[in-house]
Amino acid sequence: MDMRELRLPNPIRPAFDKPTADEHVIVNIGPSHPATHGTIQIVAELDGERIIRSDVHCGYLHRGFEKECESHTWHNLIPYVDRLNYCSALINDFAYCAAVEELMGVEITPRTKYLRTLLSEYSRIADHMTCIAAGLMELGAMTAFLYLVSIRDWIYEHIAQLTGARVTYSFGRIGGLARDLPDGWIDRLDWILGQYDDFVGRVHGLVDRNRIFIDRMRNVGVISTADAINYGITGPMLRSTGAPRDLRKDTPYLAYAELDFEVPVGIKGDNYDRYFVRMREMDESVHMIRQLVDILAKTPGPINVDDRRCSFPEKEHVYTEIESLINHFKLVMDGPKVPAGEVYLAHEGANGELGFYIVSTGEGVPYKVHVRSPSFVAMGAASKMLDGYQLADLIPTFGSINMIGGECDR
Amino acid sequence: MSDEVFDRVRSALGNLAQDAAVSHGVLVVNAAPADVLPLVRGLEAAGFDMFLDVTAVDWPGQSPRFEVVWHFYSTGSKVRVRVKTRVTEDQPEVDSLLALYGSAAFMERECHEMYGIRFRGNDDLRPLLLYEGFVGHPLRKDYAKEQEQPLVPYREGFQ
Amino acid sequence: MNDKVIPIRSEPTGAFEYISTKKDELVGWARKFSLFPYPFVTACCAMEFMAVSSTPYDTDRFGAALPRFSPRQSDLLMVVGTINHKQAPILLKVYEQMCEPKWVMAFGACATSGGFYQNYATVLGIDRIIPVDVYIPGCPPRPEMVIDGIMKLQDKIAREQHFILTKGF
Repeated sequence: MDMRELRLPNPIRPAFDKPTADEHVIVNIGPSHPATHGTIQIVAELDGERIIRSDVHCGYLHRGFEKECESHTWHNLIPYVDRLNYCSALINDFAYCAAVEELMGVEITPRTKYLRTLLSEYSRIADHMTCIAAGLMELGAMTAFLYLVSIRDWIYEHIAQLTGARVTYSFGRIGGLARDLPDGWIDRLDWILGQYDDFVGRVHGLVDRNRIFIDRMRNVGVISTADAINYGITGPMLRSTGAPRDLRKDTPYLAYAELDFEVPVGIKGDNYDRYFVRMREMDESVHMIRQLVDILAKTPGPINVDDRRCSFPEKEHVYTEIESLINHFKLVMDGPKVPAGEVYLAHEGANGELGFYIVSTGEGVPYKVHVRSPSFVAMGAASKMLDGYQLADLIPTFGSINMIGGECDR
Repeated sequence: MSDEVFDRVRSALGNLAQDAAVSHGVLVVNAAPADVLPLVRGLEAAGFDMFLDVTAVDWPGQSPRFEVVWHFYSTGSKVRVRVKTRVTEDQPEVDSLLALYGSAAFMERECHEMYGIRFRGNDDLRPLLLYEGFVGHPLRKDYAKEQEQPLVPYREGFQ
Repeated sequence: MNDKVIPIRSEPTGAFEYISTKKDELVGWARKFSLFPYPFVTACCAMEFMAVSSTPYDTDRFGAALPRFSPRQSDLLMVVGTINHKQAPILLKVYEQMCEPKWVMAFGACATSGGFYQNYATVLGIDRIIPVDVYIPGCPPRPEMVIDGIMKLQDKIAREQHFILTKGF
């Protein structure tokens, strides 16, 4: 097709289309741009190389998650929930299952509580690793990317031994988990954590005191604590401004109250602090995982709570007893009946407060599921971090926000 | 501990929060649409510095049809509050919180495009997750899930 | 001895066809081992795309390692992740901006058929908008599956006819 004949509709309406001065230029960045991770469009007015004002557009990965939720059973939604923050999919699983369990009044078993905590921290490591690896690669540090992606690949294969999938797992269940740990899983975990210390040490050595890295990241993309809270930012971004706010410490859930860990904070709220807070958080996660491995060895027991409203009966019973057969049938076809009501439950996702607001009318199918996603809120504040800086600063700033498209656009 | 905080919040809000109750660890306040902005100002004064979320629930059989739900969090007291109100289908309007919280900008845009709720005081209600030219509000119960509105015509062989 | 009429014209030796087939094989060999992908990356499949581009599953072995982020410089459009109706005009524009010869790979279940997002927002398979050469199923596909898809695409490129002068020239 001749490009001159191609007339395609513009899916957005930018906030401004006339520059404020004659020598300014309005450029369009994205959405199919490596800096914006393929799904964000930024319309920026430039004065030379400096961004005067910017208009951030998301929605290029809107997949209708909330509409899908209203036509599938509570169990069937677990794969959809995985694909929200696909870098740390297990955290989404467990936050959603915890919200439904809260509404049903189901209390998970101790072993599940520790195992969910361990897997949440493991997922958090994978997410931070992806964010830092992508951010460093965009700055040109290909070696650090390859180091971190190597470990991330081992983590993926390791979780695949447990759940069956590498990236999106569907492992949480309402009332527990899909299955217990296989033999040898903990030994491999110890090996991977040992490799982690080695590889991350190398990345620290390459990058932390690197003149180029510091010049590109220090004092770039600064946001103050007051602005961050006003814009609803939570997670590593808020902690990098100096505020030690972490849902795992402030409103402990799962097993976090029993673990010993610190909450790393930054100084200025710039890109360098966000990078360093994430690196330190990975170290804290490893520390927590090591504690949980010891606790898990002392906590045997069932994985799924023995509640017929949500847990599937054992297959031997399903094939021999009529009650179990009907129970299994009802759970699959109609879904677990969640009592009418509403609940908002938030976990500390890798990017901040990941909240699920669910409304039930007593059916096996939700009435409404709404996700309060931290990346979406961070996109609201992105303009604040981009305006006034150079165009080339957009790349590290955007990388350090860790916008995950699935979570931002749902 | 959070019960003391909730009692303090209830007394700070006075008769705007008459039927406030705690549900699953969150203080839920029902309000009339006109009382929402003064209630939120009271909450901000009481330490609720983070505006988490605004969304709506569509109850098509009931009148008023839409229930608009706000969530707030206090980073100091570490508790959450939910504010709910009901608006009708003919006039789905509430006040915008843009003057108080910066995070309201994106949240209200999303609530508007998904449910059609208008926010007085927020001039920028352009589509955010949806696109220009999308007709309708998809999260309403009367919008069919599979009803697509393609921007690019399909190739031959696809309807 | 038969009394079939022998035409005056000399028998075709097939020399031209032999040379053009060998030319196609040579050009096909060169093109298949020097793919420049345009990673049109949107969603979760990006994680597996990153994994397949780095150690231990290396696309550099297949010559397809260097991504080109400009459609003018690339010849393989890898659509990685869900395409929704908002993104569809951008996908079509990028596809049209690529020069011939170009191939399209639908990476993942969402690009192939919309995945399990069968609703108002998603395009139910990118072949509704652009022609696709290779479909890689999986949600997300394992890196081995991606490499299998790349190898199948390479076989397809090797078998194709490579016209030096096209009709529109």
